[in-house]
Amino acid sequence: MREIVRLPVVDCLPTAADVLAGQGVPADRETPEPIAESLCEARDLFRELAIPISVVFDITKEEFAAVYHGEGKNAPESPLAGIFPKAEQLVLFAVTIGEKVGEEISRLFASSRFDLGYLLDAVASSGTDRLAENVQQLLAPRAPVGTVFLRYSPGYCGWDITGQRQFFRALRPEEIGITLRESCLMEPLKSISGVLVAARPEDHRFDNTYPFCSACTTQTCRDRITGIQKIQPRKHEIE
Amino acid sequence: MELLNQIATSLQEGDEVRVAELTRKAVVEKIPARQILDEGLVAGMNVVGRLFRDHEIFLPDVLLAARAMYAGLDVLKPLLVSEKVPTAGKVVIGTVQGDLHDIGKNLVGIMLRGAGFDVIDLGNDVAPEKFVETATRENAQVIGMSALLTTTMTGMQRVVELLGAKGQRGRIKTIIGGAPVTAEYAREIGADAFGFDAASAVERVKELAAR
Repeated sequence: MREIVRLPVVDCLPTAADVLAGQGVPADRETPEPIAESLCEARDLFRELAIPISVVFDITKEEFAAVYHGEGKNAPESPLAGIFPKAEQLVLFAVTIGEKVGEEISRLFASSRFDLGYLLDAVASSGTDRLAENVQQLLAPRAPVGTVFLRYSPGYCGWDITGQRQFFRALRPEEIGITLRESCLMEPLKSISGVLVAARPEDHRFDNTYPFCSACTTQTCRDRITGIQKIQPRKHEIE
Repeated sequence: MELLNQIATSLQEGDEVRVAELTRKAVVEKIPARQILDEGLVAGMNVVGRLFRDHEIFLPDVLLAARAMYAGLDVLKPLLVSEKVPTAGKVVIGTVQGDLHDIGKNLVGIMLRGAGFDVIDLGNDVAPEKFVETATRENAQVIGMSALLTTTMTGMQRVVELLGAKGQRGRIKTIIGGAPVTAEYAREIGADAFGFDAASAVERVKELAAR
């Protein structure tokens, strides 16, 4: 099944606290008034300019194996390579907040409004993450009994970015305005693509001992794995 | 000089109105524009950079100080042009090809401008050739490259190699940074410096531009 889903912009709007936390600001730190105002302005701009939209597409394990293989440049071993064969459902997805926010960020930097441009960029990045999170939550009730959805994206954790080409052929996110640059980055930049993998919680767990893990300083996979405990696997069929 | 200290202090406090006011006063008192810039605005921004590096202040404080810096620079700009005051140097920055994560790079750009550099920001997903061509054409002293993805870091090495192939490696210095980048990697690929964070990147660029 292939669906295009539009989401309300307010559902993707990050809180000021979330944006600041994402920038490493401690929660108890008071924000100077002028910056709090700029952040408020950045959130208003996001609300005005972002057009959140997503496309999702169910795919079989066999089909996904070809998508994942991409151009054959993945790491020899990766978490996703081990997880997806155990999946009970796989859904390709792509989300974007549209191009207007990015254009506004460029305009602000070009006109030397660096503080507002920087904050709008931070709001937009956080907002795009929320959009992907919302799509994951939207699909959560569809996860087969006993499984949870987690998302994995090309360009991360051993899934080479060149895999985007095969991924785009399968999902065709151009329909919602996302195109692929020659470098395999998406346009608009504030877009996220990936696969939602419905698997048992224990199947999503992996050690961060892959060769590429040593070069990764963010280690966000650890939080995601810890977060699985908070996601309740589907226990019953929906009536 | 007391007035210049006041400018530096007001800048650290992020008081843009006061910084503009004091800068105007310094101009009226015929203090050379270069001195106002170096001992007032840049001196204040240097303290901000140090405090940010040591986690004594955070991003909002840096943005506020940067606003104050630009308020002062707006007053000084016509004088800097008419007195032909050179900038601290010219730096070309960008996020390497295949990488869109440019928020750290943007912060480096803001802080470099605050430190008196002329910054050419090429944005994200920048091809190695574009870094080298721009730096050569613009007569820049330094190329600053950022990456968040381990898979895109290799683009940094290509820039260093291209500079070597064009005989520009001694003249145009390179600095790299970003989450997966390390000092060891910088040495491995022959980059001239590594910026652990935005504040240290600015310090390293100052050293490179002074060489």
